[in-house]
Amino acid sequence: MSQSDATLRIELQFSGGMELLFDNQKTIHAKVPASFPLDGSAENRHAATIRDLISWTASNLLKERPELFIGADGSVRSGILVLVNGADWELEGELEYELEDRDEIVFISTLHGG
Amino acid sequence: MPGATDTKPTKPLKNPCNLCQSVRAILKRPKTGQQLCKECFFHVFETEIHNTIVDNKLFNKGDRVAIGASGGKDSTVLAYVMKLLNDRYSYELDLVLLSIDEGITGYRDDSLETVKRNRDQYQIPLLIVSYKDLYGWSMDDIVKEIGRKNNCTFCGVFRRQALDRGAIMLNVDHIVTGHNADDIAETVLMNILRGDLPRLQRCTSIITNDTSEDSSGIETSKILRSKPFKYTYEKEIVMYAYFKKLDYFSTECIYSPNAYRGHARIFLKDLEAVRRTAIVDIIHSGEALSASVQANESTKLPTMANCTRCGYISSNELCKACLLLEGLNKGLPQLGIGHTTKIRRMHEAANLASGLSSPASLSSAVADGSAGEKVKVVTHIKDLGQLETMPTLASV
Repeated sequence: MSQSDATLRIELQFSGGMELLFDNQKTIHAKVPASFPLDGSAENRHAATIRDLISWTASNLLKERPELFIGADGSVRSGILVLVNGADWELEGELEYELEDRDEIVFISTLHGG
Repeated sequence: MPGATDTKPTKPLKNPCNLCQSVRAILKRPKTGQQLCKECFFHVFETEIHNTIVDNKLFNKGDRVAIGASGGKDSTVLAYVMKLLNDRYSYELDLVLLSIDEGITGYRDDSLETVKRNRDQYQIPLLIVSYKDLYGWSMDDIVKEIGRKNNCTFCGVFRRQALDRGAIMLNVDHIVTGHNADDIAETVLMNILRGDLPRLQRCTSIITNDTSEDSSGIETSKILRSKPFKYTYEKEIVMYAYFKKLDYFSTECIYSPNAYRGHARIFLKDLEAVRRTAIVDIIHSGEALSASVQANESTKLPTMANCTRCGYISSNELCKACLLLEGLNKGLPQLGIGHTTKIRRMHEAANLASGLSSPASLSSAVADGSAGEKVKVVTHIKDLGQLETMPTLASV
């Protein structure tokens, strides 16, 4: 397999109302490209990060209202919590975290009433 | 999710917990930046709420306390934590769940199912009171009548009263609600943007009732209300619910997807992203402004009497809920919206036009009778019998 075809198995989870934007799916097992940008030549590519995952998820999996998922600077909208393998992404490098095969990424919306 | 992290080869401990040093941290605290493992986070989260309760003397032993429960994240975590702390620290509180059914199909009916599961999971009795029973109108009915504009005004006014009426039915001393630090900061912002100083004063208080000095002119009861999550960040509440796998409901109200609060909320989150302490800073600003409002004699507000129609506490002859209902029942829903003085004038004009006598004499009698009483002035249990007749004004 060439580098451009390589994928990572990533388990995406959506909760706290986030799942409503993904056709009510709480879990999606995704095959995410291992490097980005997708249209870049082999030398120009870098290992996939959460930043890449967010835009890839928005273009490939998101069903509705992207403005409720995507925020400024390629991040998620403020108020969405992200966990990487069970830990707060703020401890894992946030957008710059490099994805690994079989990672589990959770998106939780806090924007719904209590 | 099951075991995904466990199956990975063990790496040297990265991000150790700042407290126990021996377990991987799973949360960075928004308040302090501290990184904590799951168990230390649970301990710190619960203990801080306990300290808030003790430091502010929210309860007395033996109090009967209703937990305002919507099925959402905040009230679900509140019910869980109240039960846990009550057992752990022997508060000896008699806890009950109180839910309001606004009558919003596809939203509240689903969230009430969550509350019913919470009732069974936490073994706390539950009372549900509905707008339809209390007022003769569900929110679905109201939206059909008035459309989607302004319907939140009705819902907000009705909910506040409905909670009090439910609390009276349950004979409780105290209602706790799940308002968290983020909610309070949003409310401070909204009240500043609207120039609503009386509400600004109220929203920052951890515990409120009308015997307190800030007689703010807002219709409410003598039942204490408090916010044990005043200093608890939303992020931690959501993380707590996630790690404890608590069962909560999370769908936006179908009638208010773009309410004013939503903008305040996004603004606040954006501020917080730039300045970590934005939320506490804004709560502090609210408190400081309240203090200066309180010091200013010219902002003294009217004293409390009772609504001449339903007996609920009110600074006017008719409480806001009865005014709104009158509008609905007369097919003039705008009666309840906008500037209050103007509306009340319209209401009086409408009454004159339809030959109804002004209830002024009645109201002064009620006000005189209740002025010196120390009892819960609001609706007494006997008033609940009138609820059935209240919404359908016979004279209309």
